Amino acid sequence: MTDVAIVGAAETTELGKIPGMSQLQLHADAAFNTLADAGLSVGDIDGVATAGESPTGVAHYLGITPHWVDATAVGGCSFMIHVRHAVAAIQSGQCETVLITHGESGRSNIGRGGRPGGAATLAGQFEMPYGPVGAPTLFTLPVLRYMKDFGLTHEQLAMVAVVQRQWAGLNPRASFHDPITVDDVLNSRMIAYPFHLLECCLVTDGGGALILTAAERAKNFPQPPVYILGSGESVETPMISQMQDLTSSRAFRVAGSRAMADAGINHADVDHMMVYDAFAHLPIYGLEDLGFCQKGEAGSFIAEGNTAPGGCLPLNTNGGGLSFMHSGMYGMYALQESVRQIRGTAAAQVPDAQVSLCLGVGGMFGASGCVVLGNT
Amino acid sequence: MADPTSRPVPRPTPETQHYWDGTKVGELRLQRCDDCEEVYFPPRPFCPKCSSKSVTVFAASGLGTLHSYVINARPHPAWAQPYSIALVKLAEGPTLMSNVIGCPQTPEALELDMPLQVTFEELTETITLPLFKPSEARA
Ligand SMILES: [Zn+2]
Repeated sequence: MTDVAIVGAAETTELGKIPGMSQLQLHADAAFNTLADAGLSVGDIDGVATAGESPTGVAHYLGITPHWVDATAVGGCSFMIHVRHAVAAIQSGQCETVLITHGESGRSNIGRGGRPGGAATLAGQFEMPYGPVGAPTLFTLPVLRYMKDFGLTHEQLAMVAVVQRQWAGLNPRASFHDPITVDDVLNSRMIAYPFHLLECCLVTDGGGALILTAAERAKNFPQPPVYILGSGESVETPMISQMQDLTSSRAFRVAGSRAMADAGINHADVDHMMVYDAFAHLPIYGLEDLGFCQKGEAGSFIAEGNTAPGGCLPLNTNGGGLSFMHSGMYGMYALQESVRQIRGTAAAQVPDAQVSLCLGVGGMFGASGCVVLGNT
Repeated sequence: MADPTSRPVPRPTPETQHYWDGTKVGELRLQRCDDCEEVYFPPRPFCPKCSSKSVTVFAASGLGTLHSYVINARPHPAWAQPYSIALVKLAEGPTLMSNVIGCPQTPEALELDMPLQVTFEELTETITLPLFKPSEARA
């Protein structure tokens, strides 16, 4: 339990294809929507955290003079880690009101900086020569090992995408709404065996932001407070080829167990869950590494409908990176959905959602941040 | 269409030079900790398990098994057809990324845990890549 709450949360006005905005402007659009949501103005912000852009660039662009900045950039879960760091900063009095921004021109590529990684990095020497073409050929590498060791079937993997499309069908802001079947998934274009197109995340434009402040102030804001009950973070490896165990993420295990212990909750307390789904196997790893399922059982757990609308553990209720949107660093959108669920304002609202667990991944199982949110 | 010269070329650093010197002369070089005997990869001048700086470079057997893989169907300038990107578990313990060559690039031919042996492919005058092929010792 912490003494900090989320009092502002919003996404960019549009999501999907936004060719008229630079990446930096996507940060600003999300920031202004979030300030409006919280009833605050730029002058009320004294802490800035971001990834993708630098907090220097975002603070300057918005006209903020921060007392505190955090540029933690470990991939798509950076925003979960910003939340964790902001909690510590607010609790220790380093700043009062933190703005966390995300914006990414993932599809339109407007004003987006280059990606690092030269020929002399470890990945440049020991992975790139073997022909990986981005995340679809790297993040997917562990899965055949998992399938052989634990009996996960191609159909069960496909069901992750099928179930998340069911959620997306309930969300007007999702990129895709039409129901899909296992056959649709398995007949979609092969991207990198065993992954088909519909088992890979979307590539879109968008953004989102959050504002955090002390819980004691939180009741004075227009929106119901969303309390940060606990958080965790960790990193494992910058190269997926060096994962300790291809069937489990150490960063998930460390960040997840710390967040749950921090929050003082057990599995039965979790009403709603988000697991960053860059690819269809992520929810399977997340459910198992956090102990919601026994090892090897998450595939059937999902295929049997337990995480689907009406199931016992509603998961990725915005449709996820597979069907809602995915700009590249999706963690912010997972957090936004957790906030909406706890506020009771989600498009596919889970009845009486009091505790939401939001698990992010960074890089290719390289990092993780986990945040537990609650309404009390 | 495929242009093998467009394959990304590694640039060695002082810490990895021995590895690339090794592939050039047909050796897959790993490092072993003199204190705790950990065998590790990628190269670095200290043991990642116990931090000892007393480590020894040695030539690995070049044998391993197919630990996991994907068959990439996305376009890459250096390859004309779908190709495997593999994780090879070496007999000495570490896992490294490579390509499995010398067999069809299909799920049927690429059987998990199949024995593999290293083979070397010269990429430039200074860089030779370790690739893997189905082991000849295989029954
Ligand atoms: Zn050692």
